[in-house]
Amino acid sequence: MRIPILTAIIFTPFLGAVLVLFTPKAKIKLIKIIAFLSTIITLLLSIWLLVKFNFLNPAIQFEENFSWIAPFNIQYHLGVDGISAALVFLSGLLIFLAGIVSFKINIREKEYFFFYLLLAAGTLGIFLTLDLFLFYIFWELVLIPMFFLIGVWGGAKRAKAATKFIIYTIAGSIFMLLGIVTLYFTSNPHTFNILELVKSGPTLPLGLQLIIFICFYLGFAVKVPIFPFHAWLPDAHVEAPTPISMLLAGILLKMGAYGFFRISFPVLKDAAYYFALPLAILGAINIVYGAFAAMAQPDFKKMIAYSSISHMGFVVLGLSSMTLSGFNGALLEMFNHGVITAGMFLLAGMLYERAHTRDLNNFSGVGSRMPVYAGVLTLFSLASLGLPGLSGFVSEFLSLLGAFSAFKLLTVISILGLLIIAAYFLFMLQRVLLGPLNEKWVDIRDLNKRELLIILPLMALVIVIGVYPPVILKYQAAAVNALIISIGGRLF
Amino acid sequence: MSALESIKYICPELILLVSSLGILILGLFVKRPRLLGLLSILALAVSLFYLPRGNSMPVPLFSNLLLNDQFSVFFKEVILLVTSIAVLISMGCGKLPQEERGEYYFLLLFAAIAMMLAVSSNNLLMIYIAFEMISLISYILAGFLKYDRFSNEAGLKYFLFGTFATSIMLYGISFIYGLFGSIDLSVISAALAGGKVNNSAVLVSFILVFAGVGFKCALVPLHMWAPDTYEGAPTPVAAFISAGPKAVGFAILIRVFLNNFSPLFLHWAGLFTIISILTMTIGNIAAFSQPNIKRMLGYSSIAQAGYILIGFVAATTLGKTAVLFYLVVYSLMNLGAFGCIVLISRSIKSNSIKDYAGLYKKAPFAAAMLSIFLLSLAGLPPLGGFLGKFLLFSAALESKLILLAVVGGINSILALYYYLRVIKYMYLEEPKVAVISAGSLPLRIALIVTAAGILITGIWPYPFLNWVTSAVR
Repeated sequence: MRIPILTAIIFTPFLGAVLVLFTPKAKIKLIKIIAFLSTIITLLLSIWLLVKFNFLNPAIQFEENFSWIAPFNIQYHLGVDGISAALVFLSGLLIFLAGIVSFKINIREKEYFFFYLLLAAGTLGIFLTLDLFLFYIFWELVLIPMFFLIGVWGGAKRAKAATKFIIYTIAGSIFMLLGIVTLYFTSNPHTFNILELVKSGPTLPLGLQLIIFICFYLGFAVKVPIFPFHAWLPDAHVEAPTPISMLLAGILLKMGAYGFFRISFPVLKDAAYYFALPLAILGAINIVYGAFAAMAQPDFKKMIAYSSISHMGFVVLGLSSMTLSGFNGALLEMFNHGVITAGMFLLAGMLYERAHTRDLNNFSGVGSRMPVYAGVLTLFSLASLGLPGLSGFVSEFLSLLGAFSAFKLLTVISILGLLIIAAYFLFMLQRVLLGPLNEKWVDIRDLNKRELLIILPLMALVIVIGVYPPVILKYQAAAVNALIISIGGRLF
Repeated sequence: MSALESIKYICPELILLVSSLGILILGLFVKRPRLLGLLSILALAVSLFYLPRGNSMPVPLFSNLLLNDQFSVFFKEVILLVTSIAVLISMGCGKLPQEERGEYYFLLLFAAIAMMLAVSSNNLLMIYIAFEMISLISYILAGFLKYDRFSNEAGLKYFLFGTFATSIMLYGISFIYGLFGSIDLSVISAALAGGKVNNSAVLVSFILVFAGVGFKCALVPLHMWAPDTYEGAPTPVAAFISAGPKAVGFAILIRVFLNNFSPLFLHWAGLFTIISILTMTIGNIAAFSQPNIKRMLGYSSIAQAGYILIGFVAATTLGKTAVLFYLVVYSLMNLGAFGCIVLISRSIKSNSIKDYAGLYKKAPFAAAMLSIFLLSLAGLPPLGGFLGKFLLFSAALESKLILLAVVGGINSILALYYYLRVIKYMYLEEPKVAVISAGSLPLRIALIVTAAGILITGIWPYPFLNWVTSAVR
């Protein structure tokens, strides 16, 4: 019998969550062991998936399909292809690393790890499912754990941030639900199967496609987030505890962009062409607006949050270009941004733990006391601002390359945005690491071995992808190629 | 069918009648309230067992006063389930006077009989009588705490609104009799199908009849009684009233307006669309700022009725399926939520949402359960409330009722906010004083049953859907 590896990936953290639920509150060590084991098994499974994955084949692999709610033709339908493979690995990795970072949590541990593992199961489910109904279930399943994780273990304004996060997301996803149901009723025979809908979707009249596209757009745009639906993000990222910020920026933001790749573009391709220009404009706004906003932030985490908005702009821009390099760039940018920003949030968290402040203007000359930290922070900042040789450059370059052939002016504006990104990252490095040492931070500790070990995998990815992009690019190439051909984009 | 032959079909009602009278008398001598509660549940279970299932064709009883069909059997099952859970919740409620438990359970069982008659009646007068029976018992139950001012107010308000609404209904029935020469639903529907009636006169009289039904379902503008009654009535009674009679109201709505008067439905659809939109919007907006959780749930159940009406307006098989499915899930959610309030008020002696702060520490079980029920009411997957809403919205979109689907969607966002507010207090705030009191076993059972029901309807809804679709077929 073939091992249902995708089910195993989703249900390992879920099983962990159930086990945690039935563990007595006082046995904190046992709870942490369960969490550690289930996340490391998930990571190993996702690595195994990547190893077994045939990246020359653009089709869906490891498919699992069972009838779930037969009267409505709802299936438990999982599968992975080049578009999701790397994201599943990224999720596995970040869930594991953030899980280790979470061991520092020292209140209400049982609840924390229960929600944490539930969140993990939900996010993995989103990337693996091929049934729209199931997709929606996983989509929403992520919200409640996230609400608690921000709301209980977050910073001072946590309750407000958590509520804002969930209301924004639900407001978007309700319309997505209406879109899903409309797609269901317009398909014949009625189906939620994404693969079937990809075949039948293009036959829909343009007007209907536009409406459904907008419905999905509202759901996805909140998550990406695309301007003007971004207001929840800075609050949520700032208030969330470090590991949760890592997951939010690293994986949850990718859910929206993944939705475009998996559903909006392949199923509603006429609408996608129709909206390409508006999307590109919004992408450029994201880049420039996010960058300017980031520059103005004195709060370290808030700066990274706004820089996320800016970087996700490259994803949107690449997507809207409808070209092969644009799509490849967008998809790779999702992966790279996940790695880099998770690393940045981790570093911000480490600094906050030591200094108990995130105000960038409070630091000065810390680099001399924390040389290792300074090196790591510089590496991630340079990767984030797109220094050639590091991972961020590759994907942003590809995005811009694709976009340039479609929207010249917007691409030029976006490249200027890149300049601002470089400016605020360097400005941040200067304020934190360089300059005369602020007397307050004389005793600040450098990274210890454990912390270094946690961030090492992320550093390795940043460098390896930067030097040799095919290491990740090869997984997506065939599938992106097939996607571009099927929607009739340019193979450029 | 002769009256004698008909009797075997109302066996469950007779069982309940005999046992409720028995419990009333037993209550005079036996001073063990828990025993009385157990007996009530036993009676309900026996009655459930003897329900006349397996008739694929509708059987008219007592010269077509009652009708035994899949639809009525379905609702009888729901009613018996709701009543059993209400009894379980009542067993865990310390506020109800111990020495009057016999009377209390007698009234609950009697209400169950009345509701079972209502859902199987096939005659407008029979519907009226059954409605009055339900109402009278509900008034007494709402005012059951004799020495509590709020309970008295609840009973009185319910009574005043109720008599008003049902008399309007009776007035409408008299019109209908004048128009059709009959109050038998089958005769009226045959006449309507023949098309030889004055439409506007019929419409007016049906609006009058609708007043009575709309009152039971607490639809806007007949909803005013609900928040006050839910707040003042003993909590188990509020749970019962919000689930049982509301389900019955919707059963009658479907039977009268969809199954029998369908030729006129196109004239109705607009009116019901407006009522649905108003009901959910007004319910949700009013629930927003309620400081008292019972009152908040009162407004929330008004809003929920608005959602259910979406399926009713769709009027398709899917619409009816959605209504029935949502009614089951809604009953479970509301009973569960009120049950949690009973459990929580045992330890904190307050129904103010502010006092729920830090409940995760004081009453972890109740807090977790209440969160499940509230999230299900908000319609989040993978809970039953989500699937119910999904079916309702699907029914609306299938019938191209885009406005209703969109308004319903926006309302779900509004609603999420106030449901979350309670959860926010329970989990995100720290407790001020820690008082922990013992739980109650029957109450815990009730909560676990309802929560399990919500989880199962959400995750493995197949058997429930089959059950529901057999009733609407």
